[in-house]
Amino acid sequence: MTVNEPTLRPASEQDEPILELHDVRKVFGSRGVFGNSTGNTVTAVDGISIRIRRGETLGLVGETGSGKSTIGRIVLRLDEPTSGQIMFGGEDLAKLSVREMRRRRQYIQMVFQDPFGSLDPRMTVGELVAEPMFVHGTPRAEIPLRMERILKHVGLDPRMSERYPHEFSGGQRQRIGVARALVLDPSLLILDEPVSALAVSIQAQILNMLRSIQRETDIAYLFIAHDLAVVRHISDRVAVLYLGRIVETAPRDKLYTMPRHPYTISLLSAVPVPDPDLERQRKRVELHGEISSGTAIPTGCRFHPRCFRTRFIATQQGGSTISVEGEQLARQCVESDPVLVSAVGDDDEHSAACHFPLSDTELAAVMGMRLGDKPSLNDHANSQTQEHNS
Amino acid sequence: MAIQTRPESSNDNLESPKTAQPYLEIRNLQTAFPGNEKPTIVVNDVSLSLARGETLAVVGESGSGKTMTFLSALGLLPKSGRVIGGEALLSGRDLLKLPPREMRALRGSEIAMVFQGPLSGLNPVFRIGEQIIEAIRAHRRISRRAARQEAIRLLERVHIPAASSRIDDYPHQLSGGMRQRALIAMAIALDPAVLIADEPTTALDVTVQAQILELLSDIQAETGMGMVLITHDLGLVARHADRVAVMYGGRVVEQGQLSDVFKRTRHPYTVSLFRSIPHLHTPADAELTPIDGQPPNPAELPPGCAFEARCYLGKGRRDCVSAIPPLAATDLNTHLTACHHWPELAGTGANG
Ligand SMILES: Nc1ncnc2c1ncn2[C@@H]1O[C@H](COP(=O)(O)OP(=O)(O)OP(=O)(O)O)[C@@H](O)[C@H]1O
Ligand SMILES: Nc1ncnc2c1ncn2[C@@H]1O[C@H](COP(=O)(O)OP(=O)(O)OP(=O)(O)O)[C@@H](O)[C@H]1O
Ligand code: SF4
Ligand SMILES: [Mg+2]
Ligand SMILES: [Mg+2]
Repeated sequence: MTVNEPTLRPASEQDEPILELHDVRKVFGSRGVFGNSTGNTVTAVDGISIRIRRGETLGLVGETGSGKSTIGRIVLRLDEPTSGQIMFGGEDLAKLSVREMRRRRQYIQMVFQDPFGSLDPRMTVGELVAEPMFVHGTPRAEIPLRMERILKHVGLDPRMSERYPHEFSGGQRQRIGVARALVLDPSLLILDEPVSALAVSIQAQILNMLRSIQRETDIAYLFIAHDLAVVRHISDRVAVLYLGRIVETAPRDKLYTMPRHPYTISLLSAVPVPDPDLERQRKRVELHGEISSGTAIPTGCRFHPRCFRTRFIATQQGGSTISVEGEQLARQCVESDPVLVSAVGDDDEHSAACHFPLSDTELAAVMGMRLGDKPSLNDHANSQTQEHNS
Repeated sequence: MAIQTRPESSNDNLESPKTAQPYLEIRNLQTAFPGNEKPTIVVNDVSLSLARGETLAVVGESGSGKTMTFLSALGLLPKSGRVIGGEALLSGRDLLKLPPREMRALRGSEIAMVFQGPLSGLNPVFRIGEQIIEAIRAHRRISRRAARQEAIRLLERVHIPAASSRIDDYPHQLSGGMRQRALIAMAIALDPAVLIADEPTTALDVTVQAQILELLSDIQAETGMGMVLITHDLGLVARHADRVAVMYGGRVVEQGQLSDVFKRTRHPYTVSLFRSIPHLHTPADAELTPIDGQPPNPAELPPGCAFEARCYLGKGRRDCVSAIPPLAATDLNTHLTACHHWPELAGTGANG
């Protein structure tokens, strides 16, 4: 907010966020074999803040168990947050009563991964799509027209509305799910792995449909998926989750071409690209150990047990180190929890939670090349990565 | 009308230079399930070969017959399924003619399979060690103690940490990635000449997936094991395969060396498959070109090309509608396609 340039407002004011999570946490009491409490807890979401603007898609990626679905469910209060704020339309959803919350659900809808399990098999398509309108008191006279419009919108023939879900293919069922979610004109749609259960040749139909709906209606998406290429295709901004924390977030192209966090880099380097020449030249960042779990979150940086970077820093750059299970790691990584901040030179839309974020040159060295770039080899790279031998 | 596959003599062309004699050779395989009026043919005249140390990727539409092809070869079809024609030769012996007892002896020791689906393959009520030990002792006369040592060695080989204590875990105590590795340990326990890996990493995270496939490559390099990798991930194919077979509607529709299939694609389904999936190395805003329509139902295949209704090249064309295109050589005799109009694809690289 510079006095000299009164016309230039910060981006955050220009595009009011429609959803903002502040420091949201979710701790589950874990269940034993007989459904009893074991006394252990699982920290599924560990202090997360995100912001989604009107008409924007925020992609949420991360490995299994990182808390992606839980975040989606918390926004709708299908899971109750343990703490934190969920600001939507100027109010904190976390403070609403169950009844008040139910009324807000017409503005926030969710599409689930499984197009088979999430539709009641005894209801026709017409009934399935009309149901939310009945629940939220849409005037009866409007219902047929809105139904027809929404079915066309998602690429279904309105004449099929008398049929039952089992008469449809997986892709068509997912369209029914989207139609149901959109029929009340929500301003935010949460999509939890909406294409991963579909035949590969069908996924593009759904992705293209979602993009064209967004262009027409200015709806915002929270798009949850583990497939990095799918997320890149559909998102404006991306947040990478690891064990309940956002470890990096950035505008789409920044995240995919200039990742700063070792975990993001590890993920990107693990995705094979379907070009034999490119793929066989690529080097792979070495990942150590196993995915940790929310029951025992590692000390310091939660990624340190698997991180190539802390090992490199400890062995190549000296500084204060610590020996963990026979390996030298940077002490900071094991003892202090890094906060999500912008790296030097990055704008404030791009931030990473790492004590040693990689610079552009370090990144180029580690990846051997950036996606689409020529490979470059040097010592730094060789000491951090494993050459793929084919 | 059964399509004649290539004559004996041209087999040489399809083999990897690594060896003369293919380990596994499937010829004109046909498999059917009972249908309403007539049997439904789900594997139709499929011919594939795999050489020592080689990786053959089998990709294709969901329901195209990838899994059934190899279940047929291994004698593991669901009860109602029948092989109605063809051969499956393992080092020259036809598996389809073996008495069940001999087939059981070969399975695991000569040819093994890692099944699709993360939870299949391990019995939830037995410790993983038990299951591996049983698998070993069913084929080899060794003591329990020796078998247990062997099992620990195998778990270490698939990078399961603290293998000597993990061996006494039940499957549910392992993460998905570890369970998949335990399954692989079991599959490689008897050093099979051929491993059929059916979507071995589909349910797993990319980082774990990469680790597991590197591991299988290492084992291949050590032992010369041949591998059939069934997957829908074209990136994995690019990284790991030597040759590729593409299936659609129960048939192989394109087959050839990796670089030929990927860079000089000769079947419109394969081209469409590449164009319909977002990739990390292509521009982020590129429009995806979806494949219209639905995958075919094997009970209602059309009289012509099974892909015709969805094909940007052949839709409505007379020969495509009326005649099944045979799988035949293109401009390269190691590169086969089942398309009437493949010459129109010249210059089409899936990646360019
Ligand atoms: N109702 C519950 N009770 C106990 N633990 C739970 C519950 N729901 C989720 N969890 C745990 O919370 C963590 C996060 O789970 P979540 O489903 O959000 O992950 P995810 O990122 O969506 O994973 P996936 O990619 O497998 O869908 C996991 O450790 C999970 O086991
Ligand atoms: N038990 C069964 N009875 C009748 N038909 C079956 C049976 N099992 C499979 N089929 C049919 O056989 C065809 C081939 O199935 P298969 O499992 O080989 O497909 P696939 O290529 O492996 O597909 P995916 O990629 O989905 O695993 C499918 O159309 C399927 O519907
Ligand atoms: S903080 Fe340390 S351990 Fe965590 S990602 Fe960065 S370098 Fe790795
Ligand atoms: Mg989930
Ligand atoms: Mg299958």
